[in-house]
This record gives sequence, C-alpha cells and structure tokens, in this order.
Amino acid sequence: MHVMSRIKCMLVTTPSLQSSRLPVTLMFSDRCASQEHKTSEHEKLSRQQATKNVEWVAEMVRVRDQRDRKAFAALFTHFAPRIKGFLIKSGADAAMAEECAQDVMTTLWHKAAQFDPTRASVATWIFTIARNRRIDMLRRQRRPEPEDLTWGPEPEPDQADVIALAQETDQLKAAMEMLPDVQRDLIEKAYFGDLSQAEIAKITGLPLGTIKSRIRLALDRLRHAMK
Amino acid sequence: MSIKHHLDDATLMAYAAGTLPEAFNLAVAAHVSLCDDCRAAVESYDAVGGTLVDSVAVAELSDQSLERALARLDVPLGEAAVRPSFKSGTLPEPLQDYVGGDLESIKWRPIGMGVKQAILNTSRDATARLLYIPAGVAMPDHSHGGTEMTLVLQGAFFDEDDRFARGDVEIADGSVTHTPIADIGEDCICLAVTDAPLEFKGWLPRIMQRFVGI
Repeated sequence: MHVMSRIKCMLVTTPSLQSSRLPVTLMFSDRCASQEHKTSEHEKLSRQQATKNVEWVAEMVRVRDQRDRKAFAALFTHFAPRIKGFLIKSGADAAMAEECAQDVMTTLWHKAAQFDPTRASVATWIFTIARNRRIDMLRRQRRPEPEDLTWGPEPEPDQADVIALAQETDQLKAAMEMLPDVQRDLIEKAYFGDLSQAEIAKITGLPLGTIKSRIRLALDRLRHAMK
Repeated sequence: MSIKHHLDDATLMAYAAGTLPEAFNLAVAAHVSLCDDCRAAVESYDAVGGTLVDSVAVAELSDQSLERALARLDVPLGEAAVRPSFKSGTLPEPLQDYVGGDLESIKWRPIGMGVKQAILNTSRDATARLLYIPAGVAMPDHSHGGTEMTLVLQGAFFDEDDRFARGDVEIADGSVTHTPIADIGEDCICLAVTDAPLEFKGWLPRIMQRFVGI
C-alpha cells in the first residue's frame, strides 16, 4: 500500500489518536477549571496539527525513498520561510538567513536517510539542521554531534510509533503555548541565542516528560534492533 | 553500561539551543554518545526548538528561491559536509573527529608524575583537554574560576564524595576545590572541559597513600 494511504488508514484506526487528550489535561489539571475552553480548543488544533505532522513525514519519506522533487517543493514552500524567520530571530540578516534557509533545505534532501520519524518531527529535524548551520555561519565553529546509532533509523518504522511521536510533539507545542508568557519568552530567547547558560539554568517546568519517554522508548527499540 | 552521573538540564538545553562554547558541545556530544537517557533529553529539547520553527513569524523568500533550491539538488554536498566515520572505540566518534582517531592517535604531553594531557583544538571561549592519569595517581591540585566538566572515557576516578566511571560526568563550579584520584584498577582517561583557564597549584601530583600501601 502507498505510504500516505497507509498513514491515513492508521490515523483512522489508531485508537490513541481519539483519546489523545489525556497528557495535556493531566499536566494542567490544576489550571483546568479556568482554562477549560482554551484546553479543548488546543486539543482540537493539536489533533489537526498531528495529522499535518504525519503528512510532512510522508513527504519526507517520499524525498528519502523516491527522491521526489514535488515532495521536496512542498516541504520547501512550507518550511523555508519558517527557517528564514527563525534565523532572522537568531540574529542573521535577511540575505544571510535566506541563503542559509536554502542550505538547510538542500541538506534535508541530501541527508534524508538520517531522518527518523519515530524520534523527531520534520520541524524538529529541520530545527537541528538550521541550528547547526547557524553555529557554523554566525560563530564559525564546528558543532560536535553525538555518535549515530549504528544503523541509523529503521527503513520501515512502525507507523503507530510515527503517529505517537507526532502527537507527543503537538502536545508539547500546546503545553508550551499554555505556559505563562514570561516563561515562554525565556524559552524562546534561549533558542534564539539570547540567553547565557546561567540564565538558561533558571528556566524550569518545561513540559518534556512524555515526549522524553517516547523518544527514550524509540532509542531502546533501535538498540534492540541492532543486537 | 550503567551511567550514574549525567548532564544537568541547563547544559542539555543549551546544547540543543546551540549556545554552548564548542568545547562544551564536544563534552555533551561525547557523553550523549554513551548515554541514551541524555540523548532522549537532548532530542526532546530539540523538539522544543522544532515547535519554535513551527510557530515563528515566517519571512518570505525571494522569487525563484524554490527553483534555485531545486537546481542545487543534484550537486553533491561538499567534502566538508560529509563526516568522516570512525569506528566507535574508547573515544566516542565526536572525540575521534578532534583527535583524528582513537586512543593511539592522541598526542600526549607529560605534565608530571605520569600525568599527561592533550589539548584539543576548539574555539577559544572554552578549553577541552584529554587527561591521562595513571592508576592510583591524583590529578594535580587545581582551581578554576568557571565551570569544569569532566567525562570519564576509561578507568575511573574518585573525588571527595563519589566514584566516576566510563560515561559518567562530573560538573564542578569555581567554588569546588577538588583533587580527583584515579582508581587503582586501570589508568584513567578523561575529557576535561573548562570555561576559564585551569590553574595548577603545584606541578607535582601526589601519589595516593593507598596506592603506596598496596
């Protein structure tokens, strides 16, 4: 079956998608009374976004397996302006950010085989490429990366894992949107390179718990598959 | 492998955000190569970055940018963009990148009593050095103004409170005066990273009483 239709099929049949409200509401149970309306809106948006994320993964898979230029164009149209926006926020001028966004997207094409949708969303993976490019460009430094897991991502990851990760990513996003403004501003500053490590140390309460365990699980599976 | 001493959240987040000095990036990359818990943490901090890419104000690209990108797809990545691949050895891959190979490629310089060091070539805002401490020997007494991060790669060392083995990280700030001592089982090799110049108080590392007592 075609990858995309398989994913769509999973979306319909995966029960966890319908009941994905649990972590978000649990995390904020103490504030739910006043934010009930906001929460349910977030959940709805979150579920739509999860579907979107799974679609981006499908485009990435087409880039990886079929060297599909149309899929690349779709990813470019959506993500390149975001990468450019991100880099401008990080202190690059518009021309530099534009060139860099181009580089990031061509890197995505060439390194597509390294993308593991059970551990990162397409946006997350793009973030890591853009960040490394930024270090290279603005600070003229190398960025040491951890050793790859021996065999890289599995060629055919379980779609349920892909969907689960997409949901976790959206719950993370929704949870971040609900943080107090002051705290969210600090987090943004940290990622745009405007905070020292000492200042970063003061950031607490990032809602990472569930996505971290999800990624940990995916790593365990990869380690197991290597044996 | 059971790693007991991990990286702290601020360091992991700063690594994901891309704001650490190169030498600290190297220590984090080396530890994460050995520690799946911290790898999962780094990747979840990456996911935070992903949500920002998702929600940042877009900046439209100039006309024809897609066409230019498509035209570049058939040009292979330059040599520099392709990482040389080393076999995982005593040194994790990111360290082998800097050394040019595993242990046998390290260019040690003796600093007294069998202790040796090799300074790695990183940006000047922090220093990364490999240290070789013979079994049972103490590191030279030293103090430092900033943060020192020590990752064990072979053997083990003790400080006042704890034992640190392969993969473990000790993080000490300027207020700590410590004299790590290599375990007697095996010569100890660590990566030590500081963001302030390391000052050795004396050049004669002390040999531990218990080592002499064996």
